[in-house]
Amino acid sequence: MPVPKVLAVRELTAYLQRLLANDGRLANLWVRGEVSNLRQPASGHLYFTLKDQTAALRCVFFQGRRRLGSNINLKDGLEIIARGQVAIYPRDGVYQLYVAEVFPAGVGLTSLALQELTARLEREGLFAPERKRALPLLPRRVGIVTSASGAVLRDIITVSQRRFPGIDLVLAPAAVQGEAAPAELVKALELLARQPGVEVIIIGRGGGSAEDLSAFNNEAVVRAIFGCPVPVIAAVGHETDLTLADRVADRRAPTPSAAAEMAVPVKAELEQRLLSLAIRARRAVEHRIKLARAQLERLSQSRGMTRLPQEIYYRQQYLDGLEQRLRQAWQQRLTERQQAFQHLVARLEAASPLVILNRGYAVCRRPGEANPLRCSREVAPGDRVEVVLYRGCLYCRVEECNGGKICQQQEN
Amino acid sequence: MSATGELKFEEALQQLENIVRALEGEGLTLEESLSYYQEGIKMVQLCRQRLQEVEGKLQVLLLDEDDTVTRDLNRPGDGHE
Repeated sequence: MPVPKVLAVRELTAYLQRLLANDGRLANLWVRGEVSNLRQPASGHLYFTLKDQTAALRCVFFQGRRRLGSNINLKDGLEIIARGQVAIYPRDGVYQLYVAEVFPAGVGLTSLALQELTARLEREGLFAPERKRALPLLPRRVGIVTSASGAVLRDIITVSQRRFPGIDLVLAPAAVQGEAAPAELVKALELLARQPGVEVIIIGRGGGSAEDLSAFNNEAVVRAIFGCPVPVIAAVGHETDLTLADRVADRRAPTPSAAAEMAVPVKAELEQRLLSLAIRARRAVEHRIKLARAQLERLSQSRGMTRLPQEIYYRQQYLDGLEQRLRQAWQQRLTERQQAFQHLVARLEAASPLVILNRGYAVCRRPGEANPLRCSREVAPGDRVEVVLYRGCLYCRVEECNGGKICQQQEN
Repeated sequence: MSATGELKFEEALQQLENIVRALEGEGLTLEESLSYYQEGIKMVQLCRQRLQEVEGKLQVLLLDEDDTVTRDLNRPGDGHE
């Protein structure tokens, strides 16, 4: 028979503390009741009991929490709703509610929870304007989270195809209301974020009652939007009644069609912008070339550039002049030589015996001898002589020789 | 500017605008403006390509399986069921 285990009181209390601490529902709950036995010692903490017809609950509202979570003045007899955590107070051996917030009982619970969540997320900075991301000008693909069957999808398709025919859309269908909605919305967002090319996500639904929109006030959904790696456009709530999804999203659109207009650019406008930039670039470059050409023209006509060719021209002209003088000098010298030559030739011709013969003189000599006879005594009567005329020869016999004395005297 | 394939559309467009502004401004040499212009043309082509490369598809992701169904948006009636 097993020996019963005996616990110390503190051991039992610690066991119960662990038990309560492990129950998630006790960590954050709402309790409605009437305030009684309200005490406020010097510490500033509030102690009271919440009770109804049949039960009572000890409550403690610490000074520090009250600054954040109290929007009413507590007094005995007041019906309130308190939010907080249930835990053991070991010293007294009682369980009690550690109050975080109190609200007047008249307020709807959903609204209270929403207020609390809003305040908490706000403190965490989820709605901070500085963390909003810019939307891409031209997303490769647009992710859509909404119901596969609603008018929302049809509107988004119509508007995006009108603005940018053929733009790629990726739908991750999800229930947008009902029990399953929050989980499906979260999963759809995560799924879309993993798709290659999805650079913006539209999450939306058509209008509905506050109750219909509750999935978009769900903390998990809000955090999923906050944690989404690509910008999210929310088109959920109404202008007067934004959901937390609308507030946490990077952009907020009044309708799904408006969300599509934010996500998808007008193709024709982009083409026009591109074209005009291309034209401007071309004009600028053409202008630059024209400028360069004009500059070149100006420079080539400047003194700096024209002086050199002129220099060259002058020198060429000088050279041409020299060449001409050289030619003239040479020509003159040539002429002179030619004239001298002609003169010599004339003199030569004048000296030729043929010229004398032509004038009617003749040369007389012994046949076969070259030297002409100059004196009659060189021959005797009966000798044969040869008489050379300008044309032809005569062969003659000497009959008489006269006048040789004079010749002889002259020679002597 | 070598990894032009990685550029997003608006980045390419922004670069193009910067290039055009530089071209329209003073102070570029002729060589510089020609090379800017070439770069600009590259950006224009990149942007044009991005404008053309859409497929016109509506892809529907199924939550349960990691599977997809693709519909052609050019076919009437899609997205209306």
